Amino acid sequence: MINEIILMNGYGSYVWSAFSFTLISFATLYFVTKLQLSKEQRKFASKFGSLNIEKARAARLQNINKEILLNTSKI
Amino acid sequence: MFKSFEPNKIFSITSRATKYVLFLFIVVLSIGLTEALILSPEDYKQSHVVRIMYVHVPAAWISLGIFSSLTLLSVASFVFKNKNFALISKSLAPSGFVFNIIALVTGSIWGKPTWGTWWAWDARITSMLILALFYGMYLLAWKIYEDKEQVIKITSMIVIIGAVNVPIVKYSVDWWNTLHQPSSINVLSNNSIHISMLIPLSIMTAAFALFSLLIFLMKYNTELIKVKNKGLDRL
Repeated sequence: MINEIILMNGYGSYVWSAFSFTLISFATLYFVTKLQLSKEQRKFASKFGSLNIEKARAARLQNINKEILLNTSKI
Repeated sequence: MFKSFEPNKIFSITSRATKYVLFLFIVVLSIGLTEALILSPEDYKQSHVVRIMYVHVPAAWISLGIFSSLTLLSVASFVFKNKNFALISKSLAPSGFVFNIIALVTGSIWGKPTWGTWWAWDARITSMLILALFYGMYLLAWKIYEDKEQVIKITSMIVIIGAVNVPIVKYSVDWWNTLHQPSSINVLSNNSIHISMLIPLSIMTAAFALFSLLIFLMKYNTELIKVKNKGLDRL
């Protein structure tokens, strides 16, 4: 049974390489996208941290800024 | 008209949805892989090599679907002058491009045992390669041009010109005598694929669609935070 799944009547190398390529592409795209997202979140947090009290208060009025900071604290 | 699509309003949804979509994707992909690699039957002619269909076909469908969406969004961006459409397009394109590459590579791997060659300048394969070039130009334009107005115009033009290629990809197997087989699944007529193969194909298509949704959500959130970063600079 295991041998049949691996060898697939001699077509195993074709089938497994097609599936491997797909899964590796998925993993690469996922991690690259995740990395870009984390980078922008960190950049936002550091910029937000360097604002003076008045500007930070003004920025906090926007819900989206609060959401970004909330998500940044989780990374 | 498009107020409910405003980034500020939908960010809370898109940022929370990611983890649920990731979970659902892993579940559906696991079921799909089990079906595709173990449970589905081998083909009487192609034997086990037919299993490549379960990654090749959904990848081709989704890359074509995403390019069609980019076309609609580009036209909408021109007509309604709404920059959010451009942001949505930019977030959709990377997964469309990766699916296009997957379709080309897995098709090439499938071609070797079936046709005896890795590559043929056949109408379907060549038009898919042209689609990949349009995706490449689109993504490159976003990297090269700094001016927002200019990049939206250029990328929209690339997509609208590239849209001419979409029906060619779809109908190339009907219009010309190609090495590539005609489509086995038709919405309007009977399918020439057995249910035992249609089920894993549908599950894998759902998994791939979930993956493109996941990447879209992550990329869209990244783009929104980039916009907000520029907003903080202006404070």
